[in-house]
Amino acid sequence: MAQAAEERTPSPGPPGFREYYARYAPFLVPIFAVFTALVVGALMIGLTGGDWLAAYIGLWEGSFGTPIAIANTLVRATPFIICGLAVALAFKAGLFNIGAEGQLYAGAVCVVVVGTMLQLPPVLHIPVGIIAGALGGAAWAAIAGYLKARTGAHEVINTIMLNYIAIRLTEWLIKSKTPYILGDPADASGSRTRFIAESMHLPGIRVTETAILHLGILIAVLLVFVVDWFLRRTTTGFELRTVGANPRAARYAGMSVPTSIVLAMALAGGLAGIAGATEVMGARYALSADFFSGLGFDAIAVALLARANPIGILFSGLLWGGLLTGARLMQVRAGLSIDVIKIVQALIIMFVAADQIVRFIYRIPQRRAGEEAMISKGWGGG
Amino acid sequence: MTQNGHERPVVLEARGITKRFPGVVANDKVSLTLHKGDVLALLGENGAGKSTLMNILYGLYHQDEGEIFVNGEPIRARSPHDSIQRGIGMVHQHFQLVPVMTVAENVVLGNEITRGGLWLDRQQAAERIQTISRQYGLPVDPHALVADLDVGAQQRVEIIKALYRNADILILDEPTAVLTPQEADELVGVMRTLTSQGKSLIFITHKLREVLEVADRIVVLRAGRVVGETTPAEASEASLAAMMVGRSVLLQVEKTEARPGLPVLDVRGLQVRDDRQLVAVRDLELEVRAGEILGIAGVQGNGQTELVQALTGLRPPEAGSIRIVGRDVTTATPRQISELGVAHIPEDRQRDGMVTSYPLTDNAVLELYYLEPFAQGLVRNDTAIRRHAEQLVAAFDVRTPAVTVPASSLSGGNQQKLIVAREFTRELKLLIAAQPTRGIDVGSIEFIHNQIVKKRDEGVAVLLVSAELDEILSLADRIAVMYHGQIVATVKNGELSREQLGLLMAGASLQDTSASSATLAHP
Repeated sequence: MAQAAEERTPSPGPPGFREYYARYAPFLVPIFAVFTALVVGALMIGLTGGDWLAAYIGLWEGSFGTPIAIANTLVRATPFIICGLAVALAFKAGLFNIGAEGQLYAGAVCVVVVGTMLQLPPVLHIPVGIIAGALGGAAWAAIAGYLKARTGAHEVINTIMLNYIAIRLTEWLIKSKTPYILGDPADASGSRTRFIAESMHLPGIRVTETAILHLGILIAVLLVFVVDWFLRRTTTGFELRTVGANPRAARYAGMSVPTSIVLAMALAGGLAGIAGATEVMGARYALSADFFSGLGFDAIAVALLARANPIGILFSGLLWGGLLTGARLMQVRAGLSIDVIKIVQALIIMFVAADQIVRFIYRIPQRRAGEEAMISKGWGGG
Repeated sequence: MTQNGHERPVVLEARGITKRFPGVVANDKVSLTLHKGDVLALLGENGAGKSTLMNILYGLYHQDEGEIFVNGEPIRARSPHDSIQRGIGMVHQHFQLVPVMTVAENVVLGNEITRGGLWLDRQQAAERIQTISRQYGLPVDPHALVADLDVGAQQRVEIIKALYRNADILILDEPTAVLTPQEADELVGVMRTLTSQGKSLIFITHKLREVLEVADRIVVLRAGRVVGETTPAEASEASLAAMMVGRSVLLQVEKTEARPGLPVLDVRGLQVRDDRQLVAVRDLELEVRAGEILGIAGVQGNGQTELVQALTGLRPPEAGSIRIVGRDVTTATPRQISELGVAHIPEDRQRDGMVTSYPLTDNAVLELYYLEPFAQGLVRNDTAIRRHAEQLVAAFDVRTPAVTVPASSLSGGNQQKLIVAREFTRELKLLIAAQPTRGIDVGSIEFIHNQIVKKRDEGVAVLLVSAELDEILSLADRIAVMYHGQIVATVKNGELSREQLGLLMAGASLQDTSASSATLAHP
């Protein structure tokens, strides 16, 4: 066998440009996807009679151009980052968590409950609020996890249905007047809950009259690193990843697949619940049934854009927040409808989700299963 | 045949084919010639470059250098479609069939006969299939669903598919790997019929006996190069094996008489159902003692898979009991069983035995990841994991550039050696090895066989499940024949001939095989 090894042809020099190109594809593809979407977006703005350069300058200034813009972007990005983590963590365990939206509401409802019913000093009330949000989201998501683990019911269907239930349940809790449950008798429209106690407001810096840069962004950044560490460096994270990558091998290795599924969903839901908590405790201090309006779904795009990599989600979440924050100035500068920025966002998701398109445009080599196997076989069956 | 071969016209010629993949030369100036009506056997270990070469001939890959001639005309195959046009067909190792469609639909797929350009003409398709089926001795019902066919019949469908597209040159990629011995014999018959009717075949395999049986010419590849060209008349199994591996190989495992100790595995009245809830293992009795290898012989699909799953805790038994080192583990979890000192080499290494996207490090601790020193509490110790993986790789000669590369980048033989290394370096009482050498190269087989015998000599009880009778015969101390979920006979190795065991595997009773010294498991 030693002979065979000697006869093997050595690799021809250091890897060339092509190989670097292929190696860094996971990072390049999302960047190229954003770039391509912006180019196509520019074409669309041009075609609809707008000034694409002014639009993009507006987008930049409105999102990252001034300290106030940056503060707004950070606030906006916070829930996207945390919910993106919720989707990504489940994804690593082989679960497609469409339910971040419902988990946000479940968490937020619990936050409102402890925020309106308890009287505590801030140093206790804030952690209690965040924990309540985490537990609410975790419990809600664990339902879908349990159904999957126990009966094999698909988590996509269950999380979607749990979204509807959570939203409608929240609405009922707010709108019920006989008796009032969470609704505020002082609110004429009847569309929001009572305000949470001031002791549970997240500390922050007032940026404008309407916006406060609150502690949420720091919590989000912290969670990014915690989730990354958990997945890579803990035995439980290893179990979740193994169950996600190859459940049969996980069972063979003595891991409990059902436990991991329930745990992964609960942790994902817990993260989404924390996002619900930071929103309620940092931004509005109350909850309404249209509060999150699709945030949990955008989080799927945020997670996809980062290829479910926690560190990547920090950036994709900021991008997402930036696009939303900059939209208004973009609209003003170019005389555009808000729809156009929505289209650019949709294009970004499309180009990332369908990474074949980006790989095709930029000639990024595909890691074909067959070719990969061939490469490996060269390393000698010995 | 051999002498005639040279006079026949050349139908396919490859000259100086070179193909490089990043970091490796898969084919290095490979040349070969196929004559009309010949069987050209392409022999080589996994990773020798056989599949790359065939994929180039078939048009899936493009060579970096070299030329290919079909019937004297130079071609540069751009796609499999072009190759089919030139009369080259390929039967892949993993069948490319749609299970929910009928045989006829599968055969015409992509090449449909239509009426009015829109409606599929099933009748005409079925008739053509039946003509081909009769002409070449490939019995198959055109209207049967592919999902309902056994592996042998599915392979016939693949061959018919190629013939339907008027292939004159057929490439058979490891066609016998998935077949029972009987089916393999039938395939040899089909190959003879095909060549007698003027078809030319390239037969890829690493099974030496088959090569000597059917080939007219033999080309041996090693490390991407042609290292020899010979004929069955000039070659022997030993000489071919030596050519493949580059040194002489012991085809027979050397071992001493077993000295069995106390029973380690004790199975009584075991009944297990398969995924379709059919009884796969029924009333099975089994005992394996320390220091002996019990080989379970049987045609695949006779309950061996379910038996192993039940023994390792992966499939709860319906009835009966399993005791390992005196402990009742009938309802134990895989981890509880593993912690008793039971190692398991699973029959499908990529599906069950490893996470191919993980680096070797993670795969090396797939079962022990939660124990010291690989984890302190909940936190993994990457240094300890890495050191362990490096030790395994060194001790078991796993060929890899680093322990950080994904397991998918290793060849099958090296993947299996990694699993064997992982399983063998634990504290062991019982080793359950299911198809431990399936689909891997001669050198790795030899290595793994020797390791199994070594474990036996250290006093480990070994349960060896293999569909390869030769493997059972060369390793086992006792042989249990499994048929329809039961052990139909348990004998000492050597008491029955290969043929008698083959008959038992096919369902004959011991009386039929006229063996008097055998002991019946079930009178």
